[in-house]
Amino acid sequence: MTPVACKTTGDKQMSLKTPLGQVRGLGSARSGTHHWWMQRVTAVALVPLTLWFIYSMVGHAGAGHGEMARWLASPFNAIMMVLLIGATFHHLQLGLQVVVEDYIHSEAAKVAVMLVVKLASVALAVAAVFAVLKVAFTA
Amino acid sequence: MTTENRPLSPHLQIYRWQWTMAYSILHRATGIALGVGTLLLVWWLVALATGPAAFESAQAVIGSFLGRLFLFGWTFALFYHLANGIRHLVWDTGHGFDLDVAQKTGHAVPIAAGALTLLTWILGYFAI
Repeated sequence: MTPVACKTTGDKQMSLKTPLGQVRGLGSARSGTHHWWMQRVTAVALVPLTLWFIYSMVGHAGAGHGEMARWLASPFNAIMMVLLIGATFHHLQLGLQVVVEDYIHSEAAKVAVMLVVKLASVALAVAAVFAVLKVAFTA
Repeated sequence: MTTENRPLSPHLQIYRWQWTMAYSILHRATGIALGVGTLLLVWWLVALATGPAAFESAQAVIGSFLGRLFLFGWTFALFYHLANGIRHLVWDTGHGFDLDVAQKTGHAVPIAAGALTLLTWILGYFAI
């Protein structure tokens, strides 16, 4: 990373960087506002996706395999489900990361649980997306 | 680096309980519950992709009394986290921080979540 260009003249600090540019890459994790911002981006995405999911599940309560598979095979539903899975697991691992950071103080345990959270989130998301695609392309 | 003398945040037993605090704790609790709930969603989707037999056994577990009880709890957790999440997004714009407003919007969250949960389940039973 290039150092912040700033020139001190008297007590006035001059920088060509914007306030956001100055904090990017800072913080103990060297990621600046990225975690916070991605949590908001995924949260906004999850509002319509969640409402669509609940609406769809209510409409198919108790449906059999054939009906459910046909429903998921429609391009719109398959795409929405993949988006829901992506946003959900991204949001989930960001949220659980903060919970782990807040409550687990032993460094070894923290790293171990963080690994489980991150790896399990990716694995579950991949499994879910694969399942959706398999149904979408074969049903 | 010496860190022993830093001020500590008081523990939960020291704070006087407030509604906004309870709603905040419940936001995190519902988030964790929903994380556990994703296991059910993945299992259900994989069962659907595996075939009719796997799907029927998944549906049998989910449709059992205990399965429905958990699903009911997850429905509430989802609506709570959704409603309170929207409250958080409004806070991010810099609005709604006055104590009385924060308390009122806080009360609205479990009421809305409860009402939407009941509505969802009533509609779900009509759909069958």
